[in-house]
Amino acid sequence: MIRDQGLVSKIWRFAVWAVAGLFIVNLIGVIAAVVVNSFATRWLGTWLPVGLTTKWYFSAWKEFQLSSVVFVTFQIVFTVVLISGILGVTTAYALARRDFPGKRLVVLLFLLPLLIPPLTYGIPLATVLYQIGLGGSFWGVVLINLVPSLPFVVLVMIPFIEQIDPRIEAAARVFGAGTGSLFLRILLPLLLPGMLAALLLVLVRTIAMFELTFLIAGPTSQTLVVSLYYAVFAAGVRAGQSIDAMAVIYMVTTLFWLILALQFVNPSQIVARAKQQPAE
Amino acid sequence: MSTPSLRTRLAARGFDGATLLVLPGLAVMLGLFIYPFFYGLADSVMPKEGAWYANYVTFFSDPFQYRTIASTLWLALPVTIVNLAFAVPIAFRVRLMTRQRLLTTILVLPITLGTVFVADGLLTFLGPQGWFNRVLVLVGLLDAPVKLTNNYWGVFASLVITGFPFAFLLTLSYVTGIDPAIEQAAATLGANARQRFMKVFLPLLVPGLAVTFCLAFVQAFAVFPSAVLLGAPAGPTRVISIAAYQAAFEQYDHSLGTAIAMVMGAVELVVVLIVLGARSMFYRGPTGGTKG
Repeated sequence: MIRDQGLVSKIWRFAVWAVAGLFIVNLIGVIAAVVVNSFATRWLGTWLPVGLTTKWYFSAWKEFQLSSVVFVTFQIVFTVVLISGILGVTTAYALARRDFPGKRLVVLLFLLPLLIPPLTYGIPLATVLYQIGLGGSFWGVVLINLVPSLPFVVLVMIPFIEQIDPRIEAAARVFGAGTGSLFLRILLPLLLPGMLAALLLVLVRTIAMFELTFLIAGPTSQTLVVSLYYAVFAAGVRAGQSIDAMAVIYMVTTLFWLILALQFVNPSQIVARAKQQPAE
Repeated sequence: MSTPSLRTRLAARGFDGATLLVLPGLAVMLGLFIYPFFYGLADSVMPKEGAWYANYVTFFSDPFQYRTIASTLWLALPVTIVNLAFAVPIAFRVRLMTRQRLLTTILVLPITLGTVFVADGLLTFLGPQGWFNRVLVLVGLLDAPVKLTNNYWGVFASLVITGFPFAFLLTLSYVTGIDPAIEQAAATLGANARQRFMKVFLPLLVPGLAVTFCLAFVQAFAVFPSAVLLGAPAGPTRVISIAAYQAAFEQYDHSLGTAIAMVMGAVELVVVLIVLGARSMFYRGPTGGTKG
């Protein structure tokens, strides 16, 4: 470890930490403002609310019909996770194990949706889905959410499959394993940690995916984040505390899965396919 | 006789049963991504009325519409540069930390919570009676609260809150990918901190930073919910995604909507290509200290 001892580098180090600290303080402030407001009886022009209450959670749950919204959200999210998991793992397996002409093109196809703003491909896709009658429906929301989540699973799984020694599969073949039992008894147990990580990340991302769901969701196929958007958009119609109570409910559902996902992955893997660093 | 030889020939080129596993996923992508893209492209040149390019003429002749390009870039470029400018030095400090996990977990929160939640929180936090203004008035930096919501700065703040952690975590993964032995070698040869950064780290980091810039820019460029909720969606923060959304789903002119979406994709692609093109002028090679 190299440490510089000069005064300038001390000031520099202090400045860098100060900026990082300021950012975190503000970030916590933003989240705390929502949480505090959701428990406030009245909060106008003071540092903290006058009194605390939990009544907004009950009124938000009723006003925004959250029991059905939460139910629909999980239905949609788990369907997306299931479909993108099955298709993503099989696709990733073929891409990791075989070298065929046109493979680069296929990989590029799976990279593109992550590099293009969601609205750019979302608006044409939503138009197509509306024209075949899927607009506002459950399956419309599922299909539009597959576009970012399937490539995500593929790209997370390819390096994971590549690091499994192909000789293990060859050995299983030698001992007479068929394709079915090779997959079920050899590959699946080896792939399970990676799959779990990839699918939990897809789950967290799909719960929070606003833009695409917003384009296609109808009254019966809204996810929590879309309902939250409409509530904030129409702020003034309902009490602010009620909206923030809903935001806290949304936060808790997201954080539950995030904490679960963090048991398996490094936080930086949520944005990048970071290579595992050797511990130093 | 010919069938098995065909199969063997195909297998030799990499086509066998396992290769076919790529097909279901490929079919989904072709159906949900490639087909709609070309459908949209065709749709955008088949306007409700007028010549094939009428939608693009509509967009580029109406200042209310074409100015959205400038206002989106005016938000996305400064935000991306600010986020990256803060991410690099902080990532260099955090790299030396042994317990990064708590910090990275906190920073991943705004990314997973998403822009809608952050916008809702910022409306309270940055509001005239919010904690941000109160603290600044308390310490004497301000005489009276400043307006930070429903304007440019509200959207800017939301893009920093969600975009900085994103840029930081990507940069951190690139920075930790550089072999520490390289820095030790430079220090042994007498390079000070500034020289080590400018002459050793920066050249190695440029490719990674270019990719980070592109990904962070794509996120900022696609700004939509926070521009509506925290900004002035009829004024300075009427970004191009709002224009596309309004055309397609409020005026029910999907032809114009897809045309604007195509313009949006094209503008973003131009910026990404410029950045990636500039990257190729720098060093590209291994960041490990070992041979090969």
